[in-house]
Amino acid sequence: MQIKFGYRDNFLCEIRPTGLLCSECMYIDGSTAVIEARDLKHKEVNDLCREAMLSGVSKIIINNVFGQRYIGTRLYNPDGQHKVTITINKFPGNDLGIFLDGHRIIVNGNAQDGVGNTMNEGEIIVHGRAGDVVAMAMRGGKIFVRDNVGYRAAIHMKEYRDKLPVLVIGGTAQDFMGEYLAGGVVIMLGLGLKENENHRANYIGTGMHGGVIYLRGHVEPHQLGKEVGVRELDDLDWQVLQTHVHEYCRHFSKEPAEILNGKFIKLLPVSRRPYGNIYAY
Amino acid sequence: MYSFQLPEFIIDRAADRCIRCRVCERQCANKVHSYDAELDRMFSGEKDCVGCQRCVVLCPTLALNVRPRTSDYRPNASWTRDKMQNLKKQAQTGGVILTGSGNDKPYRIYWDHLVLNASQVTNPSIDPLREPMELKTYLGRKPDSVKITRCADGFEVETESFPNVAIPTPLVFSAMSYGAISYPAYLSLAAAAKELGTLFNTGEGGLPEHMRREYGGNAIVQCASGRFGVDADYLNNAQIIEIKIGQGAKPGIGGHLPGEKVLANISETRMIPIGTDALSPAPQHDIYSIEDLSMLIYALKEASNYEKPVSVKIAAVHNVAAIASGIVRAGADIVAIDGFRGGTGAAPQTTRDNVGIPLELALAAVDKRLREEGIRNKCSIMVAGGIRCSADAIKAIALGADGVYVGTAALIAMGCTLCQKCYTGKCNWGITTQDPFLIKRLNPELTTQRLVNLMQAWSHEIQEMLGGMGINAIESLRGNRDHLRGIGLEDWELNVLGVKGAGE
Repeated sequence: MQIKFGYRDNFLCEIRPTGLLCSECMYIDGSTAVIEARDLKHKEVNDLCREAMLSGVSKIIINNVFGQRYIGTRLYNPDGQHKVTITINKFPGNDLGIFLDGHRIIVNGNAQDGVGNTMNEGEIIVHGRAGDVVAMAMRGGKIFVRDNVGYRAAIHMKEYRDKLPVLVIGGTAQDFMGEYLAGGVVIMLGLGLKENENHRANYIGTGMHGGVIYLRGHVEPHQLGKEVGVRELDDLDWQVLQTHVHEYCRHFSKEPAEILNGKFIKLLPVSRRPYGNIYAY
Repeated sequence: MYSFQLPEFIIDRAADRCIRCRVCERQCANKVHSYDAELDRMFSGEKDCVGCQRCVVLCPTLALNVRPRTSDYRPNASWTRDKMQNLKKQAQTGGVILTGSGNDKPYRIYWDHLVLNASQVTNPSIDPLREPMELKTYLGRKPDSVKITRCADGFEVETESFPNVAIPTPLVFSAMSYGAISYPAYLSLAAAAKELGTLFNTGEGGLPEHMRREYGGNAIVQCASGRFGVDADYLNNAQIIEIKIGQGAKPGIGGHLPGEKVLANISETRMIPIGTDALSPAPQHDIYSIEDLSMLIYALKEASNYEKPVSVKIAAVHNVAAIASGIVRAGADIVAIDGFRGGTGAAPQTTRDNVGIPLELALAAVDKRLREEGIRNKCSIMVAGGIRCSADAIKAIALGADGVYVGTAALIAMGCTLCQKCYTGKCNWGITTQDPFLIKRLNPELTTQRLVNLMQAWSHEIQEMLGGMGINAIESLRGNRDHLRGIGLEDWELNVLGVKGAGE
């Protein structure tokens, strides 16, 4: 009996040669490559993306994406500043743009789990919702999600030198949003929530020791982690907020004034060392 | 700092030998020794002494003798001194007792109950000084079968090959991060690995950018829950990418590198701001299942263009065989198992001493299980945690390991004396500290040479033992338990190890 071996076969068996796929599923028109992803495996899609990037195009359009994973990940280019814009039509799979290094991804549809996981630089714009672990351990770049996101968004995001990761969530998030947050800016706009309806997330910012979360809309104190302090926004906060909200509105054709009129709070860590005193040395 | 604590060590100073040169005073980061100019005398405050023996070996007149103070309380096999002292510390602070290094409790060490075979009469032993003896090891997935066809100019291998990394000896340096150990210590491991052509493991603290081009070709880079210093460049400059799920010294828990250790260089390497705590959460928050693990394995393969083997490192725990099977099925090319005697820069003592299982049993169980399932060839097995000498290493290979991680032994080669105070950041030997004054005590050129010497000595010993068995390639010993016998073991232990008793 032929037993399929684990996941490897599901992912990688019968991968067609890139040369063949290039002629069958991709055409390059000037600086734009168009990939037809219907029935392609994730490796095949990413093989084509890499091939397109190496051929020098600046735009890649991928049509009929249906669950293919890791789009944008294989575009590491050691000696090039060459960055591409990838437009994904329909629904990319998990780990969209994991380890993304400066490219721009636009999704015309919903995204799944792990959007921008450990992303280093670049931009991801999702015209829809996103699943769990959005922006986990993200170090730089920007992610805009038009609607809601799932559990564990912005876990362990961190900033570094000139890198300041920004995550803007149009709707609301599920539990553990901003857990272990170590840096960066998380903005959650609460669009789509009813009046006086609370944000969905509990344990917001548990273990937070850096960065800042701006929340528009209501949260009860019990929804916040122990390591989080609630503050009013100062002028500098408003500047930061305005910049990113305007950008959000440009991406999704919304009205910034309407959004900025809402009530915002700012969440900060109460300590840079939340677990500094649990040990006996 | 703590009340009701007895000093752990007694310091004897031979007055007739001490020349008041004050070397001991300058060498001790714990400020144990002091000089009174008025009396022209050295004094020692024993309560801060950690027993690292730095002052003893550097005293030019051998005037010092530092020895454990063991029996002050009424002797009690149950309420040992250790337990009582910890209780007092906790009563005062309410804190978790920290420790460093590996499990020091007297659990059975199976290496010491396994003996190797040698050839006598019926097949000749081989002299490695005169005959070739192959220790070369390939790490990575091997194909189920190899199809070779004849073509015009010889033969052609048709079977798809997987990325493998060749190392000239099965010995590899263990994961120790820059942050847990000092830069000279870290650099020494990298440089020694390069000189030997083997590998070192960056741990989860990243690989400094200026070291990537030079040492990337000898690096196993880790991607752990904190994702410190992980970017596409880091992944692509490595030989092997390792997902760290667990560590033998502290299975199931994460790590906290305190902010005061995150100085400029470490901040750059970990890619976090200076002075912030580097918190590694206990789980990776994108891995809650074997399916998720598979997702990260393939993400790493995607990020490195399918050019590098991906390893998954787990702590040896109760169901390690089933977990390892899942890891291989998830697509890992290497399974690394870290036994409960593995070292650490900092761990709660209760976890270090009570969680996990011995490497020997875990390794035997994993190797057996993967063979039974017919998937042993799909991965290499690396083992870590308490490999003290070349005999431990060769026994591990006979139990089924492909490669052996050497951690604590390498630190000892650099100067470590296992005082277990790595977490204090005051390592007098300049190894587990970031204090600019202390790290100067390690000269990377000298320590590199010491590490190279150690590995060469072990490799040679392995060759001698192999030759004695009449084997001329380490591949022939891999998983070959016929060359092992147990002594003083119970049936269940022999059964788990898959070896016969001596004389059988």
